[in-house]
Amino acid sequence: MLGSGILKGLGVTAKNFVGSYHDPARMVTQEYPDTPAKLPEAYRNFPFLVTENATDPMGTLRCVACQICEKECPPQCIYIEKSKDKKPDATGKPQLYPAVFAIDTAVCMSCQLCVEVCPFDAIKMDHVFEVAATNRFEGLLLNREQLAKPNEYFHQIRPTEAAEVDGRLTAERQAAAEKAKAAAAAKAAAPKPTTPVAGVADPGPASPRPATPKPAEGGTAP
Amino acid sequence: MENLEQIRDRLLARFPAAQVAIVVNPGSAAEHSLLLDPASAPEIARFLRDDPMLQLDYCSNVTGVDWPEKEITDIVKKSVPDPAGGPDKVVEEKTKRLQPGYLEAVYHLYSMARKHGSVILRLRTGNRSDLVTLPSLTPVWRSADFQEREIFDLYGIVFAGHPDLRRLLMWDEFKDHPMRKDYVAPDDFEWEPTPHGDVHERAKAHYPAPPPAASTPTPEAKP
Amino acid sequence: MSLFPANSGPTVRAVHDEFHGDLLEVSMGPQHPSTHGVFRMVVTLDGEQIVKLKPVFGYLHRNHEKIAENTSYLSSMPYTDRLDYLCSMTTNWAYALAVEKLSGQAVPDRAQYLRIIMAELTRLVNHSCLVGFLFNDLGTSFTPLLYAFREREKILDLFESLSGSRMMCNYQRFGGCRVDPSPEWLAAASALVDNFPRFLDEYETMLTGNEILLARTQGVGRLAAAHAINAGITGPVLRASGVDYDLRKVDGTGFYPRFEFRVPLGAHGDTYDRYMMRILEMRESVKILQQAFKTLPAGPIMDPKAKLRGFRPKAGEAYGRLESPKGELGFYLISDGSPNPWRYRVRPPSLINLTLLEEMCLGHTIADAVVILGSIDIVLGEVDR
Repeated sequence: MLGSGILKGLGVTAKNFVGSYHDPARMVTQEYPDTPAKLPEAYRNFPFLVTENATDPMGTLRCVACQICEKECPPQCIYIEKSKDKKPDATGKPQLYPAVFAIDTAVCMSCQLCVEVCPFDAIKMDHVFEVAATNRFEGLLLNREQLAKPNEYFHQIRPTEAAEVDGRLTAERQAAAEKAKAAAAAKAAAPKPTTPVAGVADPGPASPRPATPKPAEGGTAP
Repeated sequence: MENLEQIRDRLLARFPAAQVAIVVNPGSAAEHSLLLDPASAPEIARFLRDDPMLQLDYCSNVTGVDWPEKEITDIVKKSVPDPAGGPDKVVEEKTKRLQPGYLEAVYHLYSMARKHGSVILRLRTGNRSDLVTLPSLTPVWRSADFQEREIFDLYGIVFAGHPDLRRLLMWDEFKDHPMRKDYVAPDDFEWEPTPHGDVHERAKAHYPAPPPAASTPTPEAKP
Repeated sequence: MSLFPANSGPTVRAVHDEFHGDLLEVSMGPQHPSTHGVFRMVVTLDGEQIVKLKPVFGYLHRNHEKIAENTSYLSSMPYTDRLDYLCSMTTNWAYALAVEKLSGQAVPDRAQYLRIIMAELTRLVNHSCLVGFLFNDLGTSFTPLLYAFREREKILDLFESLSGSRMMCNYQRFGGCRVDPSPEWLAAASALVDNFPRFLDEYETMLTGNEILLARTQGVGRLAAAHAINAGITGPVLRASGVDYDLRKVDGTGFYPRFEFRVPLGAHGDTYDRYMMRILEMRESVKILQQAFKTLPAGPIMDPKAKLRGFRPKAGEAYGRLESPKGELGFYLISDGSPNPWRYRVRPPSLINLTLLEEMCLGHTIADAVVILGSIDIVLGEVDR
């Protein structure tokens, strides 16, 4: 019968209309922004820099300014300047740190390649996606104070990955500490008072610190 | 399917005037290709399409490639008799020669009727400036229509016999061919202060006085 | 066989004709909702009938190929997401396939299965959306499209929880995949796939027998098989004309030969057949997915020899092609041994499938041209690159 196809189709739309009030499979609308968006753990948006200590974010950046991410970034949105001096990282090894670390989020395409190539677990993908700014140039150019976020925040957004990374880093640090202990024991066994003390384990008071390790506004907590 | 040598031999027997050579692909894919001379390419293409054994009725992909001229150093080892009467000395003679540049069009052919492939054809232009005309294979395979237009647009190969040879992706008034290796990108960017010196410097050189609205950025704001 | 047939529609008459009025040239697009992006057609109309149609490209041209020639092989991977932004999983795979062919890399079994799972999920996304868009073009204001989007969103949520992004998945790597799905993910995906035929049944009840659909699509935009082959048309559009050419069968890409599925073929090559092709292919994809979830092997997902950084394939060239939801998606790479490809070429199925758009539209009304274009299934990110 001509028109039966249309009537059947209208039946389907009627079923969907009624179902959209009670059937969970058809109630799919999320009331964003009234209810916040549910993000899966793997969700990725612009990167952030992991710091060990929330009270001293600039002093405890994991980044050692190796510039691998800067080279591998497809749209070339990362800009790094190495520091002139070194300071000890979590394992006590003196490392460079980024004097300048800027990401142009107007250019960044959230591809995660910087995270994948980073050998130090220093840069991770963020969950923040509400990043509107009033100025499209400087407002979207994030410097290292804005990028630095504490490790606790990383645990909060990606518990599984953060636990895995922390486990690995703790093992590395333990190994480094044991090595240092063994070296110290070896030194004690064969004392040579004239050998200058290597500045590995002890940064000393003269160790360079960043000018003012004051957390920037909005840089530490999400 | 016949192998490439057999195809070449059959083509040479059928078209005595044509020049057909095998271009070896050293990579692990080992997809070797046939280099045709432009003059006989259309009739060879037609033959490949209609030949009952090959029936290459489907031209999948047409690509332009730019090979700019490059300097090649040939090393020839020569043994020179020692005037002092000792054993011959081996002297390496280095000669530099300029390999002329050319543009290349690569056609990937398959057969939908016989479900085999691929046969790869290559056509090369005389140089990269004035001898850039190749015969169009669009009358043989219609699928080359847009792809040859794209090559004309981005590489500047002129396909003689193409029914509608216009630029495909760039606008008609555009002058250069952007996919060539020696293409120089324009520097009249909108003033966009990125932390990258490169783009920034070129834009600055293009616009000596910066627009007043945008100030030079300091990548690291003072805390 | 004449490749450039005389206009099968009405002959083009003089522009000014006292008795019949003027021919009208309409520039349709680039900002037009029915052209699926920034595509433009310059259409010459005699009354409402199309007598000439010229597609105009390039409004979304980013010179993707040039960008890729100036970056490393790996850095091009996220850019391939942006080619066919509805099917980033298959574009990723096609690129990885070409690079693996170029460098002779092996792919572990589990990764091969995961690739097929992702590709077939992508096919479900693409085809269900395409059918929705096609009905939008027909004037069925949004209802089928939103039903399709509801199902698509479930698959995109899966992609998001696996790869981190709904559409820009960036999932495949040379020699494997990036993330291994958890058992919960696989269970959720398997449940979704098992429920998908119910959605298809409902969709078909609503649409396939609809008299308006039949009147608007049957016999519209016919494409003869011989013409389609010669013009390099691939994918569902080619198979709607009755040509049995599916790269999953012909090339046996990846592990496809291990799966049992059929290739649906059309008989008339009109818009209705192209619509049915999508519906039937979705049913076959569901079959492939169900087999894949049952037989997915354990094991590594990356070739242990694969290098993420400092990847330099030796000199040579390779052309890798894949049956993407839109047709044959190929990547042609020439390596000169350096970290960047010397030549990087995308064979875009969307662009080449448009070769015969004019022939298909001639003689039809301008409203039909919209439907025919919708049934070809183009994505401008891939057409213009």
